[in-house]
Amino acid sequence: MSDVKKFLYLNRRAPYGTIYAWESLEVVLIGAAFDQEVSLMFVDDGVFQLVKGSDTSELDMKNFMPTYRTLGDYGVRHLYVDKASLEARGLTQDDLIEVAWEDWETEEEVDNIVEIVDSGQAIGVFEESDVVFSF
Amino acid sequence: MKLAVQVNEGPYQHEASDSAYHFTKAALEKGHEVFRVFFYHDGVLNGTRLTTPPQDDRNIVERWVALAEKYDLDLVLCVAAAQRRGIVDEGEAERNGKDATNIAPKFRISGLGQLIEAAIQSDRLVVFGD
Repeated sequence: MSDVKKFLYLNRRAPYGTIYAWESLEVVLIGAAFDQEVSLMFVDDGVFQLVKGSDTSELDMKNFMPTYRTLGDYGVRHLYVDKASLEARGLTQDDLIEVAWEDWETEEEVDNIVEIVDSGQAIGVFEESDVVFSF
Repeated sequence: MKLAVQVNEGPYQHEASDSAYHFTKAALEKGHEVFRVFFYHDGVLNGTRLTTPPQDDRNIVERWVALAEKYDLDLVLCVAAAQRRGIVDEGEAERNGKDATNIAPKFRISGLGQLIEAAIQSDRLVVFGD
């Protein structure tokens, strides 16, 4: 498929409690095969999806948090985190996982593609996007 | 305009499917093209023919079927979401050893790639849900 679009996945929900976060991640993983330009944005309780150190062992639920760390390997270029949502929940970048990215062809590397953005920058990301998936 | 529609919630519990139906119907009547309606999360529950609402209520499933028959609309249920929630066609019943099917006519079960493809091919992706 020749046409490349800018995809933005908007993640608004906590990782557990409802299935939205996990099934959103499934779309990202499957969608990687289509070679689009993919970014994710985390707002509201969605910022909890990137908090490190979660443990679901007593919930009898699969812990899918490690999957986020592999998103760079799936061609995801940006993980944007809404600053106001993060601050409202008493979180900082130190609470979030790091996700590395590497371009296999150019060998360009980025140590961490998790980026905190203010509302103005977030609006810019929306405006640049061709498709927004909202979960 | 070429549109793709995504429905993320089950029928009756949530108005998303009603809104998606009215939007899709209005778009088709105005002459727009609807490339595909993709049902995800509990939205796959819109695709069981066993749904039996009270007689004085709208039949959400049959309404989708009728719209699909009139406009040759492509109604796709996500396979992973459908398996989790027990929506089964003949192929799935055979593959997973189930003793029945419940998919409504005009619906088909396929992969998430169908959602991605719809987003690529369409001018707009319109998402209905919380």
